[in-house]
Amino acid sequence: MRPSPHRTPELLLALLALAAQASAQQTPALWPWPRSVKVSPELLNIAPENFHIFHGRNSRASPSCSLLQEAFQRYYKYIFGFYKRHHGPANFQGGAQLEQLQVSITLQSQCDSFPTVSSDESYSLLVQGPVSFLKAKRVWGALRGLETFSQLVYQDSDGAFTINKSSITDSPRFAHRGILIDTSRHYLSVKTILKTLDAMAFNKFNVLHWHIVDDQSFPYQSTAFPELSNKGSYSLSHVYTPRDVHKVVEYARVRGIRVIPEFDTPGHTQSWGKGQKDLLTPCYIEKRKTERVGPINPTLNTTYTFFNTFFKEISSVFPDHFIHLGGDEVDFRCWLSNPDIQNFMKKKGFGDNSMSLESFYIKNILDIITSLKKGSIVWQELFDDNVELRPDTVVEVWKNENYLANLKEVTSSGFKAILSAPWYLDIISYGQDWKKYYRVEPLKFDGSKKQKQLVIGGEACLWGEYVDATNLIPRLWPRASAVGERLWSPETVIDVDDAYSRLVRHRCRMVSRGITAQPLFTGHCGH
Amino acid sequence: MAGCRLWVSLLLAAALASSATAVWPWPQYIQTYHRRYTLYPNNFQFRYHAASAAQAGCVVLDEAFRRYRNLLFGSGSWPRPSFSRKQLILGKNVLVVSVITAECNEFPNLESVENCLETFSQLVWKSAEGTFFINKTKIKDFPRFPHRGILLDTSRHYLPLSSILDTLDVMAYNKFNVFHWHLVDDSSFPYESFTFPELTRKGSYNPVTHIYTAQDVKEVIEYARLRGIRVLAEFDTPGHTLSWGPGVPGLLTPCYSGSRPSGTFGPVNPSLNSTYDFMSTFFLEISSVFPDFYLHLGGDEVDFTCWRSNPNIEAFMKKKGFSDFKQLESFYIQTLLDIVSDYDKGYVVWQEVFDNKVKVRPDTIIQVWREEIPVDYMKEMEEITKAGFRALLSAPWYLNRVTYGPDWKDMYKVEPLAFHGTSEQKGLVIGGEACMWGEYVDSTNLVPRLWPRAGAIAERLWSSNLTTNMDFAFKRLSHFRCEMLRRGVQAQPISVGYCEQEFEQT
Repeated sequence: MRPSPHRTPELLLALLALAAQASAQQTPALWPWPRSVKVSPELLNIAPENFHIFHGRNSRASPSCSLLQEAFQRYYKYIFGFYKRHHGPANFQGGAQLEQLQVSITLQSQCDSFPTVSSDESYSLLVQGPVSFLKAKRVWGALRGLETFSQLVYQDSDGAFTINKSSITDSPRFAHRGILIDTSRHYLSVKTILKTLDAMAFNKFNVLHWHIVDDQSFPYQSTAFPELSNKGSYSLSHVYTPRDVHKVVEYARVRGIRVIPEFDTPGHTQSWGKGQKDLLTPCYIEKRKTERVGPINPTLNTTYTFFNTFFKEISSVFPDHFIHLGGDEVDFRCWLSNPDIQNFMKKKGFGDNSMSLESFYIKNILDIITSLKKGSIVWQELFDDNVELRPDTVVEVWKNENYLANLKEVTSSGFKAILSAPWYLDIISYGQDWKKYYRVEPLKFDGSKKQKQLVIGGEACLWGEYVDATNLIPRLWPRASAVGERLWSPETVIDVDDAYSRLVRHRCRMVSRGITAQPLFTGHCGH
Repeated sequence: MAGCRLWVSLLLAAALASSATAVWPWPQYIQTYHRRYTLYPNNFQFRYHAASAAQAGCVVLDEAFRRYRNLLFGSGSWPRPSFSRKQLILGKNVLVVSVITAECNEFPNLESVENCLETFSQLVWKSAEGTFFINKTKIKDFPRFPHRGILLDTSRHYLPLSSILDTLDVMAYNKFNVFHWHLVDDSSFPYESFTFPELTRKGSYNPVTHIYTAQDVKEVIEYARLRGIRVLAEFDTPGHTLSWGPGVPGLLTPCYSGSRPSGTFGPVNPSLNSTYDFMSTFFLEISSVFPDFYLHLGGDEVDFTCWRSNPNIEAFMKKKGFSDFKQLESFYIQTLLDIVSDYDKGYVVWQEVFDNKVKVRPDTIIQVWREEIPVDYMKEMEEITKAGFRALLSAPWYLNRVTYGPDWKDMYKVEPLAFHGTSEQKGLVIGGEACMWGEYVDSTNLVPRLWPRAGAIAERLWSSNLTTNMDFAFKRLSHFRCEMLRRGVQAQPISVGYCEQEFEQT
């Protein structure tokens, strides 16, 4: 099937789009759409110099909570700072004004903690004059509420900042809403990663799945094994130092975003071999050793000693409870070609079943992770191959064929699941593919209520074979926004036309906040 | 045609090394040697040959020398080379430039020298220690096709002036020489006309911010000229003209539903004299604003349903004895072409004008954009040239379409002359264009979508038909993409890997 060639049938669409843009100014361009929204036609004016975001009197958070203080400043800037037009002192002829947003945290704030998979992100927002109220149990909900509040404010035709009186209660449908970035196929500068975290917060994503190393390069600078990046990175300027990693983790934390690192083994590990001798399996051709190496060598004790030390470091560098262990696309041929591996398998009674060997390897790794009091996420192959997993392992479903059936199987075995199969954003095509991502319903499989609760969320994956800092942002946004709403909003929010009219404006808002999100279709932004 | 002869044999000797090949597009004739020379930024000079027809004061070249000096060595100051070691400076490094016929202030320009300088700049490389080198090299070069274009669409999305100027820079790096500016279309009319200011006032996205003023247009043309690039302006009619309507009442055909106007409009109304009066005045302005001999008059995708619905059109056709809307379209196009001919302009049109058998002047250039309809594009090329018209190919080069993976390879593999025809016919293929339509493209994603994919087309149109080795092309294009990054161009990767200097997020 070809994309429509020249520029034929889109004219009508273009006009509809323009019409939609015009008429949709009435409803706020909230993205993702909250659980419950009541918008009154009554308007409030906001004068930037006479508007403040404060801690509420009974809030459990105080000005010493820098996470919130910074968020207040950030959102003040998002609301007012990016508009160039000059305004004189407030001069609203008797119109009602909004002067304050009071933010109250009702339980222990968790201001200095890291967000987790069970962090409470719910909030309620009451917009009225002269004081509006944002209430949340924890700081995480306050961050989401501030984003929503900032999306409610708009400039009327005279350039005056305006907000409708409204009342919103909101909480996410899924707890795990992730973006995968791949820094091995192409290195991404820290600046690019931080930009991505900004955009994630605008879309209420809460997990950065950092596929940090792979075959092509090993940019993670390990303190225990510095040779890994010395030898395995593209160059010494293409590395993430401990300081870089810390910066990313903290930048994410204050935006309510978890950072889950992925160290994919035993496959996808060519770059590890350069800095760590004997870690990879030598491949044989007709009983002769070759220069080629394959997956991690699972037969040597040294392998597990290495991983013990390595993951000990990882578990302290990355504060999140979960580590992604990969486990996808293991090429068994190299293992089977190697006589030492054959002997080992014989000794262990695996016969020639390479899946048993894989299982043996993974079990050892999972045990290491458990001993470090961390949780594991793995790609679906380990489940498909009947590898013995610990019951608290989370399985990520990525294979596009029958992914709903896969979710059903994973959850019927009692495992938690993350869906990414329909959301591989590196696969591009002509036109509005965001609609395809938007129409996915993750729970559309036969299964008990309990099973469906085991689906903890999903991830939009931007693999890096053809992506680096030059094209990451426009390729990711606003296409990932479609996934963002699917994972946050109630399952009843499925009207594509309504989504289009909001997303067009949300995209322009991202552009005005410095995110070069690409256009959905013909048209223009107001700035 | 004045070719480029580049003989690099500078006055300095240095140690052995081989140069990295980042030369793109590949020259017609090139011989490289192991012998390399050191370039010292402070000492290096571009100089006019004493016998050159162009001398200092030739703006195009003076500017080009300055530009390429910056591209090569950066605009900052460089530390003086230290002479303390055994290396001895024997003289200055000089690139001597000689031009046979100077056309410094003309629009048919010094393109070949420009391209020569570009090639020279691609030969220079830098060692890990930061020393600049160039290998002894002999090059004789000239383009295979004279028309090598990029189409940008500033109607579906407005592109800021800076995006256009940046694109012209990168076009020069790739030896493109035609900027096909699809200025206006249904969606918006950003071209500010001084005879009809209402066109932008009512037809642009925003009459203050989303327009091209006369000054903007002038700047684009001059910026392009200094880089050896022609600006081919397109004002597409009679279809694709909805944005013209609000500014020129009566120009578009009112569509009818039943016996009444429905309030919607179709193509330009070909039945009114006022239409041709307007076009006369409008294209008089366009002919003077755009200095290139050619204008692009569009003529694609005319939708007949609105014409069909309108009783006045029906009456007009009866009067003229037309039985077919193609005849009506022909009538319009022929009248328009006569108008433009009177202004001593040549014209390019989309293939429909040929397909619909509109009678056109023999020097008309036909641009082929449809891949399969009415016939395969190669067949179309055959038919157009058989009829004696010159042809431009863009059908396989629609860069706005994206797919996963290295799609530049498919575009690279296109051979524009792979059709049955005499050598005379093949001589009528004057080149091609990479088209970046704007439905899904604006300044947020234009650059990475365009580069280095358009580079594949640049080489196909410049280099010999024997330059087809994919591995060789891949290696050079990877290098060249890194070189573009070094020059600040946000060119996307074509495979896994890295560049010494990556793109910096702002």
